[in-house]
Amino acid sequence: MSKKSFRPDVDAPKWKGGYSPYDIIKEGTIALVVILVLTLIFAIVFGSPDEKAITVRTWSNADPIDFATTALSELNGTSTSAAYGAPYNNVPGSGQAMGPLKLEQWVGVRIPINAGKDFVISPLKSLPDQPILDQNLKTWSTASTTTQNSWLSSYGKAAAKMKVVKGQIVVNTTSAGPLPVMINDLTQMARSGALDQALVTGHGFYTTDYTKPLLFLADSGYLSNLASNQHLTGDQWGMMNETGSYPGQAWLWLYTFWYQIPPFNTSASGDALVFATMGVLSLLLLFVPFIPGLRSIPRKLKIYRLIWREHYQDSK
Amino acid sequence: MSTSEIDRQWTTRLRRRVEGKLPPEKLLPDTQPTYVSSWIYVFGIATLSSLGVVIGTGCILALRGPQWWHGSAYGHFINSMHLWSVEIFFFAMVVHLWGKFAMAAWRGGRALTWMTGVVTFLVSIGAGFTGYVSQSNFDSQWISTQAKDGINATGAGAYFNVLNLGQMLMWHIVLLPLGAIVLTGMHVLMVRIKGVVPPFEEGAEVAE
Amino acid sequence: MAFLLSFAALIPLDNLGHYIQWHFIEISIANLIVMILMVVTFIVALVAPFPGRSRRKENR
Ligand code: HEM
Repeated sequence: MSKKSFRPDVDAPKWKGGYSPYDIIKEGTIALVVILVLTLIFAIVFGSPDEKAITVRTWSNADPIDFATTALSELNGTSTSAAYGAPYNNVPGSGQAMGPLKLEQWVGVRIPINAGKDFVISPLKSLPDQPILDQNLKTWSTASTTTQNSWLSSYGKAAAKMKVVKGQIVVNTTSAGPLPVMINDLTQMARSGALDQALVTGHGFYTTDYTKPLLFLADSGYLSNLASNQHLTGDQWGMMNETGSYPGQAWLWLYTFWYQIPPFNTSASGDALVFATMGVLSLLLLFVPFIPGLRSIPRKLKIYRLIWREHYQDSK
Repeated sequence: MSTSEIDRQWTTRLRRRVEGKLPPEKLLPDTQPTYVSSWIYVFGIATLSSLGVVIGTGCILALRGPQWWHGSAYGHFINSMHLWSVEIFFFAMVVHLWGKFAMAAWRGGRALTWMTGVVTFLVSIGAGFTGYVSQSNFDSQWISTQAKDGINATGAGAYFNVLNLGQMLMWHIVLLPLGAIVLTGMHVLMVRIKGVVPPFEEGAEVAE
Repeated sequence: MAFLLSFAALIPLDNLGHYIQWHFIEISIANLIVMILMVVTFIVALVAPFPGRSRRKENR
């Protein structure tokens, strides 16, 4: 290494100084014990959160109207899931983009979700021996799209004054075709817990996949209200928060920071922009050793003089 | 068999390379250069130790299956240890990262050490995240339904489905820990091979 | 002893946390404490005297 080509931020001088005794195994053992003790102390004193999962059953009992209007939104295509686009369904104009990169759309529909059918029609069809419901479902499925849409819009208008009377969903309309029966029966099914089952067992007896019930729950106002009470929503920097008053994923601070400022919090492609930004920043961190300027920061910051102050004192 | 034939064997060549690069006195040194004298140096080992506690407590949680800790006070306590060791792990790792940055510890052929460190950091974030969505409680319901939008926006959500509990649990307890352990192993071995980075030379500031 | 058998946390943090709000910045007290501790730990690690100094001098 000639003195001329020595680059202080890339090359390291060869160490010609002394060595002192160092017991790596002892240090490692002490570190492990200290960390274990710290972990035990925190676990004993503070414990950990475990807020019970909600179910479609708890949701529909706690807020039947929110449930019924969500069910309607699955049918008329206004719910988040129904209007999502890839990877769940084909919705023209949906999906986020990183500039010209429309990754979401290019990948296409891989986890097919037909919101109205999967969340409303199929579960209702699975109920045995319901002659009135079956009749109404038949009316629905044999009607033209135009008719269905006019029923949906009548029901939608009347839904603003939806009431729960003796546990039944009541809307004041006569021009919504089979919808009042369908929505009410789905609500009763949900309140009994049967809808939870119908949504998870879509793949048969055994399952570990909760895509459908989670998407349905996420369309509700109920889940986001609970989350917002716990400061968990995106615009509350929720990504780094935890239920209760436990510390959360504080290491996601930069990731969640972008969601608070424009253009990220105003763009329809906010998520894509945040991911792209974090991707670029991660690459920068990865390649710090090779990026002129960035790699000189430590030498200019001079924090190293504190770390190695004994060495610099000794070599004076 | 001639000596040169033995010399050419893959086994012999691999052993000699390992011996040359990582002789026992480098793998388990009993001295350190005198400049290694600061508390900042303990954070690598602190990170390593907390990773050990994270994995140990995770293994205890695995013994009785994913639902156990919801219903058992002992299980919940192990979960608390798992959570807090994760907090300590990230805490120590971030302080370690700041320290290594301040020392420009990538100098002298240590760029790969830095880079494996960064990748371990990112993989650990993934491991933590999949842990949060695998809790099967309210927290995981909320986190997974929120995170899907970000991951879908990259196109990855079509294959990496955060709403699929089974998939997330597998990533959390098999794939990502495996990645973190292998990467950490490489990282620490590279530190041992290269030794700890020497201080900047006084007066080196003039050169660019 | 009773604790050891019950495994219950002494001060569970299950109640709703406190949050600090400053313009668009919103952070839970718990996370804030963690982050401040991180910075403090870093600074202390930089300035605190590391033991073993005298022994090293003899070696030189
Ligand atoms: C699982 C995570 C990690 C573990 C277990 C770990 C462990 C270690 C250990 C034990 C050492 C040697 C002792 C020391 O100098 O502290 C070390 C050195 C180092 N680490 Fe890490 N580390 C991790 C993550 C990181 C990260 C995220 C970075 C930076 C982005 C990083 C960068 C470095 C560098 C550059 C060295 C070489 C130090 C030198 O030559 O002075 N490590 N690491």
